[in-house]
Formats: sequence, C-alpha cells, structure tokens
Amino acid sequence: MVIVGAGATCLLLLLPLLAVFAQALREGWGAYFAHLSAPESRHAVGLTLLAAGVAVPVGTVFGLAAAWAVGKFEFPGRRLLTSVIELPLSISPIIFGVAYLFVFGMQGLLGPWLDEHGVALAFNAASIVIVTTMVTLPYVFREVLPLALAQGTADEYAAITLGAGGWRTFLRVTLPNLRWALLYGITLCFARSLGEFGSVAVVSGAVRGETNTITLHIELLSNDRVATGAFAVASILTSIALATLVVKTWAEGREAKRT
Amino acid sequence: MRSPDGPAVRSCVNLFPMPRVLPGLGLTLGTTVLTATLGIVLPLGALVLKAAGLSWAEYWSYVSDPRALSTYRVTLLAAGCATMFNILLGLLAAWILVRYEFPGRRLLDSAIDLPFALPTAVAGIALAALTVPTGPVGALFAPLGVKIAYAFPGIILAMTFTSLPFVVRTVQPVLADLEPSAEEAASTLGAGPWLVFRRVIFPEILPALLSGAALSFVRSLGEFGAVVFIAGNLPFQTEITALLTYVRMDEFDYPGAAALATVILAFALIFLVGMNLLQTRLLRRLHG
Repeated sequence: MVIVGAGATCLLLLLPLLAVFAQALREGWGAYFAHLSAPESRHAVGLTLLAAGVAVPVGTVFGLAAAWAVGKFEFPGRRLLTSVIELPLSISPIIFGVAYLFVFGMQGLLGPWLDEHGVALAFNAASIVIVTTMVTLPYVFREVLPLALAQGTADEYAAITLGAGGWRTFLRVTLPNLRWALLYGITLCFARSLGEFGSVAVVSGAVRGETNTITLHIELLSNDRVATGAFAVASILTSIALATLVVKTWAEGREAKRT
Repeated sequence: MRSPDGPAVRSCVNLFPMPRVLPGLGLTLGTTVLTATLGIVLPLGALVLKAAGLSWAEYWSYVSDPRALSTYRVTLLAAGCATMFNILLGLLAAWILVRYEFPGRRLLDSAIDLPFALPTAVAGIALAALTVPTGPVGALFAPLGVKIAYAFPGIILAMTFTSLPFVVRTVQPVLADLEPSAEEAASTLGAGPWLVFRRVIFPEILPALLSGAALSFVRSLGEFGAVVFIAGNLPFQTEITALLTYVRMDEFDYPGAAALATVILAFALIFLVGMNLLQTRLLRRLHG
C-alpha cells in the first residue's frame, strides 16, 4: 500500500519532468541552445521577465500589507476580504483575461476613454504585464498570512512599548519573523508569473515577436510541430519550478530551526 | 492578542504611553482594499456587468447553446473524476508522509508542490508527450485500445496533475496533529485497523479532506493551460468551458464570452461558498 502510493505519486510527479528534459535534448545540446537563443525565444524571455519584474514587487508589497491588516487586526469583513484576495487562486485565469478586456479593451468600461487619451492597454505588452500582476497577486499573501496569524501581535506590542515606531517595528520585528515564508512566497509568485498562460493568452493578441511570453511561445512552437523547441523553452520554466521547490524546502527547514 | 494596557501599568510608565492598538491599519487595509478592488473586484464586476447587459433570452441562448452544454458536461465530468483520483492519491500520499519514515520522504514531501510551481502549459505539453500512443506511457495503453492524449482521459490526467497538492496539503497537517490516544483506545477495545480509520481517523480529517477536495474541484473546473495541450479540443467531444470562452473571445463574440465566463464564475463561487458553509458545520459538530 505504502509502496504503491509512494510509487504512483512519484511517477505522476516525476515522469512529466523527465519528459520535458528528454524531449528538449532529443536533438542534442547544439539544437537545444539554438532553440533557446533564437530571437523569438529571447524576446519571449524578455517580455516574461518584464511581467515578472512588475508582478513580483507588486505582489510582495501587497501581500505584506494585506498580511499586516488581516493578520494583526480584527475588523468586520476580514474573512470576506481574505476570500476576495484568494479568488485568483481558484478562478480560471481565462476568466481574469476576459474580465481584464471588459475593463481595458475597446469593448470595456475604461477602454474607449483610455483610447481617447492615447493609452492602449489591450493586446499589447502592457496588458500582459498588468494581467500577470493581477493573477499572481495572492501568492505572497497566501504564504505569509498563516505565519502572521500564528505569530500574533506580542512581538509588535513589545517593540512599540519599547518606543519603536510603526515602520521600525515592521522592518525590525515583523519582517524578520516572516522572512522564510516571505522568501517562498516571492519565489512562488515569480515562478507563477513566469508560467502564467490562460489570462495572458486572452489579452496578448499573440503577435509573434511582439507580445509573446515564454508560455505563449511554447504554444506557438508546439502548434508549429517544433516539439524540441517547445520543450527547450519549457525546460527553462521547469528548472525554475525545481529551484522554487528547493527554496521552499530550504526555507521551511530554516523556519523550523528558528522556532 | 489583547493590548497590554492595564491601568496599573499605564500609571507606572507614564513616559511611554501604551499603544491601544498597533499602528498601520489604515495604511495597510487601505492599500489592500484598493489593490484588491482594482485588480480583482473591478474586472470581475465589469465581466458581470457585460453579461448583465444582455437580455435574458440572449443570455440563455448563449449559455444553453448545444456546444456550450457539451463543454459543461466534459468539464464537470473530468473535474469530478480528477477530484476522485486526488482524494484517493492525496489521502494516501498524506498518510504516507505523516505516518512513515523512509529514505526520500523529505524529497517526496517537497515534490508534492511541483504542480503549483510548474507552469500549467509545461505540465500540459509534458503529459501529452508521455501519453500520445508513441509516448512511453501511451504505448502501454495503446494495445488496450485506450487513448489518453487528445481524448477525454487526457483531460482527467491534466486536471489530476495540476490539482494534486490540494488534498495532500489540507489533510497532512490535520493527520500530523491527531492524538494517538484515541486510536490506541479504539484498537485496545478490539477495533481492527480499517474500523479505527473509518470511525476514529476519518471523521477528524473529513473537514480538511472536503476543503481540499473542493479546492481541487474548483481548480480543475478552471484549469486551462494544462488541458488545452492534451485535450485535442474537439467541439462536442473534448472541449472544456474555459476553452470555449477563449474561442468566443478570439471570434470577437464578446457577449458570448461574457455569458460563458459568468457561468464558470458562478459555478466556482457557489461551490466555494457551499463548501465553506459545510466545512464550518462539520467543524462545529466535531469540536462543539
């Protein structure tokens, strides 16, 4: 029973990983690097990093602010707020892509007004950056909140009683207390923002070489039957996912040691 | 945690007046509510508004169109099957991780989160490569006449993979916190291991299991990236609702996309709220 269970779980988790690297290297290292250094791949990596570069800081600041408000205070609507923040975790990214266009697209609430003022936020790089930020908003929050709740407010009260201001208390007491959960939250947010697909597919317009992210590039290559190319690009994301798990394991070990 | 501002303390330490509450609620709550409103509530509201602009008859014709109906069937059925698999595999994995010590346990524990970290599109192409008839796993099933990739089982596989961690991660901490005394008492009284599991352990983990299963089901309903690469996406056969919404959007059929999107949204919300209520009741019954 134990062996069967562990075996089945391992196979389900490991085989896709092996498949990615096996397929990526099927034509050898030369072809692998040729696929990765193609201008379209490089463009896709650049745009994806731009999106992650906005999504991760926004998600981090938001996550910490929300964890402070929800984790350290009692107020009416606290559970509702938590549920709303976590919606992007359970609602289809397609819904968020569609909803985004109903705000910023030409058919949307603000789209025509923005267009009059010369701002275009649909089917371009900006839309990819914004929608990625939207759907990865909850990740830091979700990792940090349980710890913030468990730690309570005793340390913060002690700091403030000793004369520290609000910012100082946050920077010197709360942040160090949360650091390992925060590190994993940031890593996960980064990995998810690199790998976002559904919402980005809706808002990108998929203009080759213009609004292509890594995942959209994988889709293009796989539709073009360039399997090794698709897997070569996918191997970057897979390596980052593996690194994320290493960070998580390490951070949890440090957290366990700290307490 | 209450603020430690008893009157006795306050009169002793006049130099440092005790804070009644921590600072920063206004700033952080303001930031949170503003961001959540702009990033989550406003878009979803705009979506509902768009769908509300349709007349009832129009709305109904979009959501009850035969092609749409078949996508609901495919999505619900596949998500249901995937959730059943996840309950079984997830319980087993949580049980193994909590109750057994074996080489590689830490590694397996970390690997459980892989589907959260791995982009769904990558999971989709990898699972498809494995399960096409010429792939290493597909070749085992092809002689039996079972098609996985580009067929219905592929959708179940993709949904199972992407939502695997939910049940494990909700059940695992509850299982780890269980007092062994109740189990020991039950087995001393002559209960076999199966009876102990069913009557002692299962009621304790049921709320967590349900919430994990609900998360896994809702996540499967909304899964897009992994499914589109493995499903084959044939209308009336292997097309999921999220994909049809995407197709409508691509055809510039915005009202149609809005109508379908509200169906997915409503399903997810009703299910999340319902499960939350059920879980609260179960916990209340369990712990008084």
